[in-house]
Amino acid sequence: MSSSVDIDDITLTYKGASGGVLALQGTTLNVKRGEFAAVVGPSGCGKSSLMKLVTGLIRPDKGDISVFGDKVRGPVKIAGMAFQNPNLLPWRKVADNVLLPLEIVEPHRHRFRRDNAKYREQVEALLKTVGLSGFGDRYPWELSGGMQQRVSLCRSLIHEPALLMLDEPFAALDAFTREELWCVLRDLWQKLGFTVILVTHDLREAAFLADTIHVMSARPGRIVMTKAVDLPRPRDLEICFEPRFTDIVHELRAKIAEVRQT
Amino acid sequence: MKDLLEKLSPWLFTIAIFALWEAACRIFNFSPFIMASPTQAFGAIIQHWQPLLRHSFVTLWTTMAGFALAVIFGVALGLIVGWSRTIYRGLYPVMIGFNTIPKVAVVPILIMWFGIGEIPAILTAFLISFFPIVVNVATGLATMEPELEDVLRALGARKLDIMLKVGIPRTQPYLFGSLKVAITLAFVGTVVSETIGANAGLGYLIALAGSNFQMPLVFAALLLLAVEGILMYAVFALIEARFTHWAFRSSMSAAA
Repeated sequence: MSSSVDIDDITLTYKGASGGVLALQGTTLNVKRGEFAAVVGPSGCGKSSLMKLVTGLIRPDKGDISVFGDKVRGPVKIAGMAFQNPNLLPWRKVADNVLLPLEIVEPHRHRFRRDNAKYREQVEALLKTVGLSGFGDRYPWELSGGMQQRVSLCRSLIHEPALLMLDEPFAALDAFTREELWCVLRDLWQKLGFTVILVTHDLREAAFLADTIHVMSARPGRIVMTKAVDLPRPRDLEICFEPRFTDIVHELRAKIAEVRQT
Repeated sequence: MKDLLEKLSPWLFTIAIFALWEAACRIFNFSPFIMASPTQAFGAIIQHWQPLLRHSFVTLWTTMAGFALAVIFGVALGLIVGWSRTIYRGLYPVMIGFNTIPKVAVVPILIMWFGIGEIPAILTAFLISFFPIVVNVATGLATMEPELEDVLRALGARKLDIMLKVGIPRTQPYLFGSLKVAITLAFVGTVVSETIGANAGLGYLIALAGSNFQMPLVFAALLLLAVEGILMYAVFALIEARFTHWAFRSSMSAAA
């Protein structure tokens, strides 16, 4: 399989009032095309910086990043993003929130008016796959937190991005809703086949969803362990209670405890 | 019963204040050269309805003209200031300094430049009501969620796209909130200017009637000013509720 994201020995410093803060140093990471990668690590280790670097929102001080073979020089334009906060626009109905990327990304933005009906059908279809059929005409505030996060996922996928970047998207949800959304994401990924980088601090989430888990060290962050998850797919939530699953979670937990010490 | 009382309470309070005022005037037996009672003031409205209507209209249209200018320039400057941090930092001290100057002090200059008439009143209304609009529009833009900006930038959105799709719509509640403040300030500006130098308007009428010791007419003009202010405030409160209903609802959302 060819490579979709290549992070090669990068260094990133944040300039602060009391001198620079070294956020990442010597970070190297490789994600294959169509792979589901998770990045876990102690808080403040620069996981979110990694997201911004890959999408080209910030530039590293040193090192190269390539996305689908092209060096990242500015915002990459083919990535979908979702965060812990759904960040929906309260003045737009759900369907119009999901349509937002199509109003911006080429070539859709030029066809947006002409093909509006077609795009709306796509939105409805996507909402249906996340279990929100018929909610397109509601406003975001009429939806629960979990439903808002589903809409946010739809918005990050409507323009069929080759790369999906998720920054702790389920961290603010209750345990049941979170597990429900794991399955939503699993199904979307299996159906659409995009590449995912999921940043999370939930080890069970990483083990359940990902093909590969990268463990980051405390600041300055770098990858200290890469663990392939060889659980069979499609995975069912029941797998979370099997010994081979808990073994993986234990191993990750031990590694993180170790890097937190140093 | 409680709901009905709550609905009627603005009227009850207004009537109570008038009743207290009337009672005070009767008990203390003020000279009509010093203080007018509500009955005298309403009597003056009936007696002098023609000049009062004419002057009320002048005050209303000059206020609205000044306010319209303030909205146009306030929104434009607010967008510019909110657009760039450099402009924001550069202009902010200048604007604070400008806003600190009491507008009464500027009126004589305006009268020297434009003569006695409506123009100084319009400009004073503009100057006084312009600042809250600028500050609110700029705040609305400046408080945009950085993550939302990231989502759009990662799609290849330009600054203009982000402004049109997110910045300007999310500024609406800030803008409409500021309009309610600005319209009441605009009345202050107009009346101050009319009192200092004008040949029409309620401010002019108040100054004139005051110097003639026609207290009932003075209070009649004050009452009409209050009515105009309340009416315009209500208009903008209605517009606000109509355009930014989502801002009121979303804050009540179960899932924030």
